[in-house]
Formats: sequence, C-alpha cells, structure tokens
Amino acid sequence: MYQTSYEGVLQDLIDQLVRLPAVGPKGAQRIAYHLLETDREDVEALAGALLAVKDRLTVCEVCFNTAEGALCRVCRDETRDPAVLCVVEEPKDVIAIERTREFTGRYHVLGGVLDPMRGIGPDQLHIRELFTRLADGTVQEVILATDPNTEGEATAAYLGRQMATIGVAVTRLASGLPMGGDLELADEVTLGRAFAGRRRIDA
Amino acid sequence: MRVSRLELTDFRNYEHLVVEFPAGTSVLLGPNGQGKTNIVEAVAYLATFSSHRVANDTALVRAGCDRAVIRSLVENDRTIGLDVQINPGRANRLQVNRAPVRRARDALGIVRAVMFAPEDLSLVKGDPAARRRFLDQLLVQTNPRYVSVMADYDKTIKQRNSLLRSAAKSHSSLERETLQSTLDVWNDRLVQFGADIVAGRLEVLDRIAGPTADSYALLAAARNDVKMTYVAARMPELRDDVGQRMREALVNVRSEELVRGVTLLGPHRDDVDLNLNGLPARGYASHGESWSLALALRLASYEVLRDEQSGEPILILDDVFAELDQQRRERLAQAAAGSHGQVLITAAVSGDVPEALSGVRFSVDSGAIVQG
Repeated sequence: MYQTSYEGVLQDLIDQLVRLPAVGPKGAQRIAYHLLETDREDVEALAGALLAVKDRLTVCEVCFNTAEGALCRVCRDETRDPAVLCVVEEPKDVIAIERTREFTGRYHVLGGVLDPMRGIGPDQLHIRELFTRLADGTVQEVILATDPNTEGEATAAYLGRQMATIGVAVTRLASGLPMGGDLELADEVTLGRAFAGRRRIDA
Repeated sequence: MRVSRLELTDFRNYEHLVVEFPAGTSVLLGPNGQGKTNIVEAVAYLATFSSHRVANDTALVRAGCDRAVIRSLVENDRTIGLDVQINPGRANRLQVNRAPVRRARDALGIVRAVMFAPEDLSLVKGDPAARRRFLDQLLVQTNPRYVSVMADYDKTIKQRNSLLRSAAKSHSSLERETLQSTLDVWNDRLVQFGADIVAGRLEVLDRIAGPTADSYALLAAARNDVKMTYVAARMPELRDDVGQRMREALVNVRSEELVRGVTLLGPHRDDVDLNLNGLPARGYASHGESWSLALALRLASYEVLRDEQSGEPILILDDVFAELDQQRRERLAQAAAGSHGQVLITAAVSGDVPEALSGVRFSVDSGAIVQG
C-alpha cells in the first residue's frame, strides 16, 4: 500500500469532520480542502464560533432548551404564558415551533424519546423535571409535540398516561394534511389521521 | 402487464445486463448456476421490494459492490419506468418515471407478480416464517398500506424486546416499575399494529381459500378437502376482536416474557395450519401432495391478484417443472397457458418445459443472455 491517507494534520481534520452528522467521507474531504484554500481570518472566525458555542452555550435550568446563561430566551421572557407547556424532543423543535409564531406558552425539552434499543427510558429523559414543573398547578395545559413516528408516539402515549392522574389538560399536536397539499395525493395513514382528528368549523 | 425491459447493474452475478421481453411467454434456458433465476428474481423484486429467496438484501448485491440497481420499463395501460436502487442495511431508493418516490408503498402495484419456485415446497413443509412471508407478500400487493404498518410493527417488536431484556436484567424494584410502565405503552403499539396485520392476513386467507381448493382439485385431478386455519401464537380461538384478544393474552404471557426477554405473541409468531383431508399437511402429506398444495397456494394468489386490478399479473415459473411429476407438470402448464399476461419461465433444458407453453426462447450462459 502506498499513501492511503493524507498528510497528518489534513487527515486529522478529515477524521474530525467525518464524525459530524450529515458529513460523509467525500464531504469531509471537500470541506477540508475548502478550508485549506480559505483565508486565515475566515478560518479563525469559524474556529472561534465553534469554541464560543462550546464555552458559552449552556442548557436552560428550567426547560433544557439551549441557553446562554442559566435560562433560555423563552424562559427569560416574562410575557410568555406560564399556563401552557409544550413538550418537545430536541432544542431544534423549539426553534421550529417558534418560527410559527403561533405558540405563546413555554417549553419543556425532553432530550430525546423513549428508545429501548438505545437504552433510553424515562429516567434518561427530562421527565422527572417535567413533573416537578407541573407540581405547583401553574400549568393548565400540556401540549405533546413529539414526532409522529413509532418512538415519538410511544413517548407521547407514556406521558399522557402519567399525566392522567394529575389533573392537567393534555393535548397532542394534530397530524394530518399538509398545507398546500392535495387530498388525493395524501397517503392512507395521513388521510386516516386527518379524518380522526377532524374539527368542527365554528360559525 | 409486462416488464418489457429489464436492466440490472451489480445485481447478483450481473455486473450489467439488459434484456427486452416480448409480450406473452418468455422461456429462459441455460445450465444451472448461470443466472436464470437472478433475472426473474429481479422482476419479482419489483412487485414486493423483497426477494423470495433471502430475507436480507445483502445477497442481492454483486460481491464487492455496495448497491444493486434494477431499472425497468413496465407496460400496462401506459409505459412506466420503475427503478430501484437496493442499498442493503439502508432504505432502497425508488424512482417512477425517473422521479424519486419517497415511500415504497407508492411504487407498489406498478408490477404485480406471482412467482413459483423450488423453494415453494417450504410453504407446506417448512417453518411458519415461510407461510407468514407468503401471506404478507400477498397482503402488501393487495393493500400497499401494510408496508408501513409492517415497518411500524417490526420497529415496535424490536423496541419491546429490548425493553423486556433490560427488565429481565434490572435488579431494583423501582427500575422494574419504570420499565413496566413503559411496557404498557409498547403493548398499545403492539396491539394497534399487530391486530391490523392479523386482520389483513385473515382477509387474505379468506380470499385465497376458495381458489386454493379449486387449484388443488385441478392439480390433483380429484376433489380433496383443503383447509387453512390461521393459528395465532398464544391465542387459541381467534375471534373478531383481535385487538381485545391480544390485550388479554398479553396479560397472560407477561411474566414469561419478562423472563425470556422476547415478545411471545403477535403476527411475527403466527402460522397458518394447512390441512389436507383432515390431516396436517406438514406431517402427513406425501411429496407430491405437498407440491400440489404449494402450487395451489401460488395459483390462488395469482387468481386474487388477477381480480384485484386491471392487467394480468406477471406469472413467473422458476425452475419448477423439473421438480414435478408428469401429471402436475402438465396441469400447471395448462393453468399457466390460460394467462393472458406475461409469463416468464426458467429451466435448465428445453425438455423440462411442457409443450403447452411455447414462447420466445432465451439462452442464459455465464451471465449473458441471448434471444433464440
């Protein structure tokens, strides 16, 4: 075998990049060569940004969203409605819901879903903290916004069961037809769910 | 319905192969081990996106390659291009008329096919898995919705088994309590998807019961009593409300499941009891009777698919004639000759193919195919 890898430092960089999600060997190679040709100050800016995320970004003490400081932006915001709590899997789901500007309540980030194959049960998620938050009776409604797949549904069902005894209204995000979609193009599962979750039109 | 053009890349022994099939019957001849079956297997794969020979797609990819590609032109009311990239261990990539299709079930039904193969004897003599696969392939072809139900079910079983295994290992009672409370949630999924699959299989079984008895009578040239009964694991007396029965049965097996760390009931453990003249076919039927029953099941699924939609399904007879005695051979040929659709036949020598089935001949040798 003759030269199967790149120069030491370059190979180190590629090895690091390959570990990132959504980056394959070819992509890592492209990024590495791109960085090689990039001006030093741009690379410094990138390196600085990477470290800043690591140094300054924390996890919100209340809701486990990403935060700078003890509390995240939503938890710091006094105008947010403390009576409605939206339970999501990951911080990126908070961003997605925030973008809708529909929701004015607060969040709770579970940090994943029930996934026995990966050894993730209720104790590995921020579920105990969720129930602590519900204890004082401020929260009137919990919206379960986990993904509509096998694990997400199981997690929502588990939380729904656990909350049944504590007198809080529990709702699940509606799932059904996408906006701008065609009824005839919807698959049976989606259309079936849309039927099950149909609502009355208020006159 | 007809696959008029088939192009294989890194599929089984083929680095690259293009074959054009005429309407009607095509006979692929050639010595064993030259790749006849691989060609018809590719056609059958387009109907179910699974192989009749292997449960794992890895074997479909040529040694040393990381993916296989099947491209096809399918003639029905119109011509549709259906392409599959087989990525073992990952989701397949599908294209219909060169446009990507996200879900397999959206591309199901473009090709409908029934394949007769030497392995079919295992429908009668083999493990329950062979009979489950038979029912499921027919279920998926008649109702593509089940592709996603089955995927959800498989995932649920894996998750539930993992949970049962960790429950078996847990020592503290608190830990066990948490595991039990999450188990309830997975039980709900198990029942939801499982009962759906069982209901689908029962319907399929119901639909093939009559045609199977008729086909058996045709093959055996005598009326015999053929009975098929769905046997649900740990659930005697399956009645209408499958979901409710599953719930009750789950309570009964709970402690055993916690010890063994596997899911003990559900469609992944069910079977179909094949009964011939009052005796279980698996233990009592002769070799010839077993073959008749296996062929009858295939002919029945052909009948069911034929009724399903316009366009006759593709009939594939892979190396079966050599397995059969003279009488069954001729009767099967007679049934196949009645097809108005595409028929694909493979055989080692021309003499194996009954005369009733004349068609265009191809010879297959060392991974190459020539007409004539």
